[in-house]
Amino acid sequence: MIVKKFNETIMGLWSLLVGLKVTAFNFTRPQVTVHYPRQTVPSLEGYRGHIELVPQEEDPFKPKCIACNTCVRMCPSSCITLTAIKPKKKAAEDKDSGTAESGEKSKPKKAKPELESFVLDFNYCSLCGQCVQNCPVDSLRYTSDVYLAGFSRQEFVYDLLARLHDQAAQKEQ
Amino acid sequence: MIEAIPTPLIVISVGLAAILAFIGLNALVLVYLERKVAGFIQRRPGPYEVGPQGILQPVADGLKLVGKQIFTPTGADSVLYWLAPMISIAPALVCFVAIPFGPHLQIINTNVGLILVLAFTGVNVLALCIAGWASQNKYALLGAARDISQSVAYEIPLLLSILPVIFMTGTFNLFDIASGQGAWPWQWYIVYQPLAFVIFFICALAETNRNPFDLPEAESELTAGFHTEYSGMGFGMFFLAEYAYMVVASCITAILFLGGFQGPVASGWWWFLAKVYILLLIMIWIRWTYPRVRFDQLLNICWKWLIPLAVLNLLVTLLVIAI
Repeated sequence: MIVKKFNETIMGLWSLLVGLKVTAFNFTRPQVTVHYPRQTVPSLEGYRGHIELVPQEEDPFKPKCIACNTCVRMCPSSCITLTAIKPKKKAAEDKDSGTAESGEKSKPKKAKPELESFVLDFNYCSLCGQCVQNCPVDSLRYTSDVYLAGFSRQEFVYDLLARLHDQAAQKEQ
Repeated sequence: MIEAIPTPLIVISVGLAAILAFIGLNALVLVYLERKVAGFIQRRPGPYEVGPQGILQPVADGLKLVGKQIFTPTGADSVLYWLAPMISIAPALVCFVAIPFGPHLQIINTNVGLILVLAFTGVNVLALCIAGWASQNKYALLGAARDISQSVAYEIPLLLSILPVIFMTGTFNLFDIASGQGAWPWQWYIVYQPLAFVIFFICALAETNRNPFDLPEAESELTAGFHTEYSGMGFGMFFLAEYAYMVVASCITAILFLGGFQGPVASGWWWFLAKVYILLLIMIWIRWTYPRVRFDQLLNICWKWLIPLAVLNLLVTLLVIAI
């Protein structure tokens, strides 16, 4: 009993010295912080910002999104609102244009719904990532945009489709 | 006309002025040192913006404290409330009077130097007690209560760990104790009394309310403890006093165990200052390494370990001296 207690004390004292060694070692190592306004961190990879749409490979102006509404249903805070052009109307348009231009009778193909608007209310987003995980076509990803500051809540309601267009236009320039 | 003023009075006046300057300068240096060391240990730069490498940061902090509104909370006992910071800083000045900084650099060479320092550092407890009592704030009161039980407990092993050195030298005169040791490290009393040195240093940490024994001002539990309600220079005085007592504790440790102003090659105040600053750096290093102890642990360390060990050490020393 006494021996055990004695050993515990010796180990405790030893751990105190180990602690001092750890801090002394870290004292000599280089700093890991940056002087923020003058320097910024080199890489923000892996940072979870708000979500954005992923463009199609062939057409950077169009998102991969198929407007399936999975993200809207998955979102626990209901911050995603999504509208799509209805497939029936689209099919009819296709038919009209098809007959007008080529005169051929177009196949009754299954028209895909096309995304009309994709709005994210970032005020309520908890960055849980359910939308990104569950997107069937991987059309959502995190941005690495950390410099977010604004004066009103409206500034954090993002039109992600417009954002995608802007990004594509910027890339083309 | 100058002959009309007694010489000791001139010496003491000039000395006290010098001490005030020394305390102020030390506080500036220590604040900077503390924050820089903390930064480096946590791998960040520490103060950086004011002046080159942030060297003017303590000056900016001091100016901010001086410029702040002095405010007495409602329900506080205003006389005691403003008396407390003064009671806290004043004994620190007296302590420096007896400390031999160098062979010729001592204001009063008195036979009871050590007792004087110990007695006046004890007055600080009263200041904290008054501060906590007069603030009309439960956190302040709790902080004061903690400080009293802590100081009373740690005063015992502190004195018991000094006694072996006193028995070895046979004097309370700080100058004689310092000059009784040789110039080289193996001639210092730390070699003869390593246990007393460790106990004394731990008690000094506790008496100056430094981490890991900073329970009277435990930020996470008591906001700021006894000085919760103080603003501006009221807080500034407590702060100054805390750093002054740290310097006093380091000075006494250096004199009792590390040979004081004696050092290899050339003895002088530079050796004394170097030793004091090394001890202060160790105090800062300890602060940024260890978490705060719990209150029962604090008292257990004192009553179950330090006091028995100090008594044992004293007895063994006496036995060796007697033989």
